[in-house]
Amino acid sequence: MVAEPTIIERTDEATSPNGRVDAEPEILTGAEITCRCLEAEGVTTVFGYPGGAVIPLYDALPRSNLHHVLSRFEQWSALEADGYARATGKVGVCIATSGPGATNLVTGLANAHLDSVPVVAITGQVAQPFIGKDAFQEVDITGISLPVTKHNYLVQRPEDIAHTIKEAFYLARSGRPGPVLVDIPKNVFLAKAPFDYPKKTGRRSYQPSLIPNMRQVRLAAQMIDEAKKPLIMAGHGIILAEGQEVFRRFVERTGIPVIFTLLGLGALPESHPLAEGLMGMHGHRHVNAALEECDLLVNIGARFDDRATGRLSGFAPNAKVIHVDIDPAEIGKNVPADVPVVGDAREALKLLIPEVAHRDHADWRAWIDGQRNRMLEAALENRPTWPEPYAIIKSIREAAGGEAIITTDVGQHQMWAAQHIGVEHGERWITSGGLGTMGYGLPSAVGAKIGRPELEVWTVVGDGGFQMSLNELATAVQERLDINIAIINNGYLGMVRQWQDLFQDKNYSEVQISGPSFVKLAGAYGCTGIRIERNEEIMPAIQRARSIDGPVVLEFIIEPEANVYPMVPPGGSNSEMVHGNLWQPTEEDV
Amino acid sequence: MQNSHTLVVLVEDQPGVLNRIVSLLRRRSFNIDSITVGHSEQPGLSRITLVVNGEDAEVEQVGKQLYKLLEVVKVTDLSGEGAVYREMVLVKVAAKAQTRAEVLTIAGIYDAKVLDATPSTLMLEATGDAETITSFLNMMKPFGVREMVRTGRIAMARSGQSKSNGRIDRINSDSYAAD
Ligand SMILES: Cc1ncc(C[n+]2csc(CCOP(=O)(O)OP(=O)(O)O)c2C)c(N)n1
Ligand SMILES: [Mg+2]
Repeated sequence: MVAEPTIIERTDEATSPNGRVDAEPEILTGAEITCRCLEAEGVTTVFGYPGGAVIPLYDALPRSNLHHVLSRFEQWSALEADGYARATGKVGVCIATSGPGATNLVTGLANAHLDSVPVVAITGQVAQPFIGKDAFQEVDITGISLPVTKHNYLVQRPEDIAHTIKEAFYLARSGRPGPVLVDIPKNVFLAKAPFDYPKKTGRRSYQPSLIPNMRQVRLAAQMIDEAKKPLIMAGHGIILAEGQEVFRRFVERTGIPVIFTLLGLGALPESHPLAEGLMGMHGHRHVNAALEECDLLVNIGARFDDRATGRLSGFAPNAKVIHVDIDPAEIGKNVPADVPVVGDAREALKLLIPEVAHRDHADWRAWIDGQRNRMLEAALENRPTWPEPYAIIKSIREAAGGEAIITTDVGQHQMWAAQHIGVEHGERWITSGGLGTMGYGLPSAVGAKIGRPELEVWTVVGDGGFQMSLNELATAVQERLDINIAIINNGYLGMVRQWQDLFQDKNYSEVQISGPSFVKLAGAYGCTGIRIERNEEIMPAIQRARSIDGPVVLEFIIEPEANVYPMVPPGGSNSEMVHGNLWQPTEEDV
Repeated sequence: MQNSHTLVVLVEDQPGVLNRIVSLLRRRSFNIDSITVGHSEQPGLSRITLVVNGEDAEVEQVGKQLYKLLEVVKVTDLSGEGAVYREMVLVKVAAKAQTRAEVLTIAGIYDAKVLDATPSTLMLEATGDAETITSFLNMMKPFGVREMVRTGRIAMARSGQSKSNGRIDRINSDSYAAD
């Protein structure tokens, strides 16, 4: 049976927002139409920054039901839309003016593109007669954003706005999600047209495959049943498909241990007995050992990113590979698949469950458990004096009980958090995976908190990355967001320093970084700042931050030259991990 | 194994579609020998012929990546037997009185047409598959090629269904039968 691809239509809220479905279409300006379209898509919040080309849009905004969040930099608008989307599963929306506003969005769009996050960006463009004339604040943003968006549009007539935005939202959230940019010239915002929001969208040339081929599902099931040492590699695709619950049923039925990519963390709660932890460059020793040993690797919703796989020639050398992915282009791109299953992760898992046998794999799991690096774990437990990164992360985890949203910036602190935060809910672990965008921590937390105001929100950031986006404190204060910001301050661009330490003979080049007094800075922005210099101050500070309503900046002073271990050296295979001086091999280990 | 593949890509005529395709090929480091674009028999759709050199798996990647572009309707790999390939060349050859007859004789062998003549040159037009054109040009070289322009390849399957090596499957895992 070959499943017909289905176009998922949103039939629910596609009626005219004013409810007058049968009435004559209203005549509105392009700007008003844009607002109406966003409302019709169920958008409640947009993140943006005004400017010349979008003045007409900002003129219409106050008359709409949309809440506009004024970011302090357009990149943060895009990353807030990204964080909002990850936390809510809805499409995040950002707005910027032409020229510099639009180019400032680009990094944020690239971030969403590499991590498959549904975002719609609306940019103003210079008026049509000026296009191509190097007009004031003109850039070819559809050209510039081409490789970092799923698709983009330059709208030519006010009549085209509604169906373009309809299609943009459909593209952003369907199939493999991603960012879509809609560029609208100023005169198109000003011109009038009848407004009628289309009920249907879709194109003959765009038909994402959601339901996998049953023949492939059966082949996969057979291979799963026959495997002696199977391993599941859980990726972001499970979370994007909102497939966590089905995934848990699948895992419990097959008894297969689960390892996670950076973005797959929380696809199964990490407290689950079958959850083994993070894989790859900073993955746990037993996880990478299991990869080396397994005879079947079932990749569900991950793209075999190089930070997860290490050197490909040494990756899962003894394993057959089943690859479940919604994007056919991912099949065989990096790692050849013995059985590809093309489809939505949740749909694929639903079809797989009745086909696979109930298994236990107790011996195999015991073998993996035996590979745990207990020395490292013990060493991490017993380190005194300095606030240990590990102790900080563990304390946040204990205080928040696995229910909080955790976002991170990029660097060592991100890896410490990934290793030790213990993600219980995949959509509450928000980190920049594919692009590794420094500055992501605070804006993603702002977006996430606005999307899920009822949840506790923490962001774990480095002193370097935080200095990129700290101006977003103003937005957090203006929006009265209850966010806790944990700065892991080592006085270094730590991750780069670690590479220079381990692979460049300690030639520390431009990695020492000074900063402001973060406590005073917090005060200047109108929020609370707390400095933590000793281990025993960690938990009280965390509890104090949780009790304060509004943004709190916690500055944790850590050992400047602490490294993230274990680590697979760049270009190495996952089995070639280094463990640093924290781990002294015992006789057994040698 | 490195192989030359001819991919025929049916695309919606949208502004910027060629840019999208070329940008994709560049950023994914796919090597293109030639690309030709023109209208198809269906209004609103154009046909692009790409000649790609690469391993079979790499060419399959090209097809799959092309399908990710919204405007791409269909990708067909025409490598193999059941298709015809054509290129065209315009060439201006030195042809004085002593050599003119010989140039014309060789042109006749290749069914080349004379488009223009001056006392010292002939402009010839030839069509054929890549090998024929190359061989024709090799024959002209000794006379002195003043100017030459060659189109990229266009191709069409012989059978009605345009299926020699088949359509690169866009969505279903149907094409991934284990063997
Ligand atoms: C925008 C950007 N620029 C540069 C980098 C390269 N980079 C990766 S981690 C890192 C250091 C981050 O330092 P910090 O924020 O202090 O975090 P730490 O590693 O010390 O925890 C740098 C510079 C990046 N990922 N993103
Ligand atoms: Mg740092």
